Amino acid sequence: MLSIKRVPTVVSNYQKDEAADESVGCGRNCLGACCINGARLPLYACKKLEKSGAGEKLVISHEAREPPVAFLESLVLGEWEDRFQRGLFRYDVTACETKVIPGKYGFVAQLNEGRHLKKRPTEFRVDKVLQSFDGNKFNFTKVGQEELLFQFEAGEDGEVQFFPCMPLDAENSPSVVAINVSPIEYGHVLLIPRVLDCLPQRIDHKSLLLAVHMAAEAANPYFRLGYNSLGAFATINHLHFQAYYLAMPFPLEKALSKKMITTVSGVKISELLNYPVRSLLFEGGNSMQDLSDTVSDACVCLQNNNIPFNILISDCGRQIFLMPQCYAEKQALGEVSPEVLETQVNPAVWEISGHMVLKRKEDYEGASEENAWRLLAEASLSEERFKEVNDLIFEAIGCSNQEEELEGTIVHQQSPSGSVNQKSNRTHGGPITNGTASECLVLQ
Amino acid sequence: MSITKSSESVEESFNARYSLWIKEALDELPHSFTITDPFISGHPIVFASPGFLKMTGYSREEVIGRNGRAFQGPKTNRRSIMEIREAIREERPIQVNLLNYRKSGSPFWMLFHMIPVFEKMDGKVIQFVAVQVPISGQEHHHRKMRNGSGLSGDGSDRSELVYGSCRREVCLGAFVRKDRALPVECDEQGLENWEHCEASESEKLKAVEAVNNVLSILARYSELSGGLVCGKRYCLRGADCLSSSLVISLGRIKQSFVLTNPCLPDMPIVYASDAFLTLTGYKRQEVLGQNCRFLTGVDTDSSVLYEMKECILKGQSCTVQILNYSNRKDKSTFWNLLHISPVRNASGKTAYFVGVQVEASCRNAESEEVRPETRQLSVVGAVRVAVRSSFMVFSILGNMSGRCHI
Repeated sequence: MLSIKRVPTVVSNYQKDEAADESVGCGRNCLGACCINGARLPLYACKKLEKSGAGEKLVISHEAREPPVAFLESLVLGEWEDRFQRGLFRYDVTACETKVIPGKYGFVAQLNEGRHLKKRPTEFRVDKVLQSFDGNKFNFTKVGQEELLFQFEAGEDGEVQFFPCMPLDAENSPSVVAINVSPIEYGHVLLIPRVLDCLPQRIDHKSLLLAVHMAAEAANPYFRLGYNSLGAFATINHLHFQAYYLAMPFPLEKALSKKMITTVSGVKISELLNYPVRSLLFEGGNSMQDLSDTVSDACVCLQNNNIPFNILISDCGRQIFLMPQCYAEKQALGEVSPEVLETQVNPAVWEISGHMVLKRKEDYEGASEENAWRLLAEASLSEERFKEVNDLIFEAIGCSNQEEELEGTIVHQQSPSGSVNQKSNRTHGGPITNGTASECLVLQ
Repeated sequence: MSITKSSESVEESFNARYSLWIKEALDELPHSFTITDPFISGHPIVFASPGFLKMTGYSREEVIGRNGRAFQGPKTNRRSIMEIREAIREERPIQVNLLNYRKSGSPFWMLFHMIPVFEKMDGKVIQFVAVQVPISGQEHHHRKMRNGSGLSGDGSDRSELVYGSCRREVCLGAFVRKDRALPVECDEQGLENWEHCEASESEKLKAVEAVNNVLSILARYSELSGGLVCGKRYCLRGADCLSSSLVISLGRIKQSFVLTNPCLPDMPIVYASDAFLTLTGYKRQEVLGQNCRFLTGVDTDSSVLYEMKECILKGQSCTVQILNYSNRKDKSTFWNLLHISPVRNASGKTAYFVGVQVEASCRNAESEEVRPETRQLSVVGAVRVAVRSSFMVFSILGNMSGRCHI
């Protein structure tokens, strides 16, 4: 069994150190059976997704009717600022210094010294992507209701529906959006699909589609959703996506891509070029559901093959990046270079996308494209392993790799550190075991 | 498209920059181009050349006041859109191949060349000029060959087809493929390549020439009106001058708010939203540079003013109810539910204070809406994001000032 020690991120004020957790009685307005009766929260039901992947209408001839509530501008930011002014966050993220690292890629570095304070390292098992839910561990039914912003559902209608004060219906297990009390940027929230169903961190078609809905509803390319699987730096085994607002393109989004295949439903799958983490880009498709379902198929395949991965839902849900990774596994095996390890930066979805949250001032001040590249390259699968994984994915979604076509103008160049290409003979991220799903997640 | 301004106010803003007959002079140019104004909410087109109207099939009235995004459609490459967005944010020129749509709905390829127009005196971007040169597709063949030979080996066979499809689609409009029964894979192929049409060197030169012609007319007519503009940044923006990217972001916020700069003497207003001007009845040039106290009058409670001052000094946020005096036609007073918060820049330092005004009588508890308090706070949130990210751009500009020249 492989495990690593790391400081878990505190996403809720009710997330005590696990050992002490049990002593907390209720009376704290949580989502458990004890408190949920009578609880109310705004409900936002988004409009049904049209064929938005490709069927986007020309705007000039068509002024869409104003929704009753602007999802991102009024609801997310307004409720978030409200919690901010109520002092629910562990620190003021807007006081954290941030900069664009000079260079071609535009990695964004943030100095965040507060995020990992006051937590002791916990042991995490990293060799099992699927683990069953453990109600004794911290999960989102334990958060206080004040940390919830609103209920979110995929609408049946063509119109947005908003109810400012809707009872939480425990029977129907609402999906909720909650704050992350350790934000890495303004508006950092968690989307927790069907929170009361206590789903483990595991992609299913319906939940990913809900996340894509949320990206589409935000209608802003700078509001993205992300996902970390277990073994790829998820710290809580309760299904959740993260989202925040950063008004810059991520280096991952800027990377050139090379088309690999197009599925029968029209989803184009490309491989990123000249990016430190080998990744796939899914876009297009006859509908957004096609796109989402194709990515879900791919994720289910990775999960079944015990391959940790991250997802970035970008460009209002039009582009979805899938990044299989092996950093934690390498870390557990002692194969990550000490300088990289020393920074204590965990390459989860945001770091892999190019937003580096640094814990030490010296790392922030000395941040360079080369350092960022070196760190991310450690997370990448080797070239061979990435090919193997792609074959698994293509088989799972019913496509074999028919042809390769280059797109965009490609400038061949060396990676700044050159480290990606040199390690091509390792086989990291391989399926280790497909153990039984009943083993527990976090070791105390 | 966010807010569409009435054409008159858009026209007005354009005319104010230049001397008489500027439009007639621009109309003389044969090129297809548009001029946009980032300082108007929604970053709308303020001028469209006859060539542009002819190319897109729209009338001038349909185009003025619109954002350039209106001409993009489902097959417009997302990456190109991102590149243009970035160039605007970083206030630098960009040349990119772009698929746009005519009024009829038919798409066409063009070379999009956009440059910022600077005010010579203070280095501030005042407009963007975007030239559109139609792409004939002649070069596509060569490009495919180049890539094909290097990387896939069989590129030359396919390129013939691709080259054909690029031109054919442009002629036929939508994705109607009338011609012979191509195998499905080829069809797919054609569409994929259709996403990439390359401009020729002569088309690129044409775009540069057009941009220079437009610029020289703008320079000539701005000189006569006293505020010279140019295509180069001669000096760094002054501290009291907001970047166009920040102004574009702020322009999307529809509620009434102002930004004041606590680092300048007497904490003047440096940005006022359209809704603020409507609420208070003042014109923008009457409020910029002023301290907010012009809104108070004899009956304004001085203890509230004191409370606000204390909060500002401590760098805290506060919500107060204060009697304000408007400059509306009836010179009426109104109860302002005012929220003030400090706003930090990317280095974590307080750069501005935002003041969000809600007229107390207008607070309706409509059941379909977000609470008014939340709406008010959402403005604070949107301003925080806008300010934080615009300062991140600023740090790029500092590092690559050389790239700002055309």
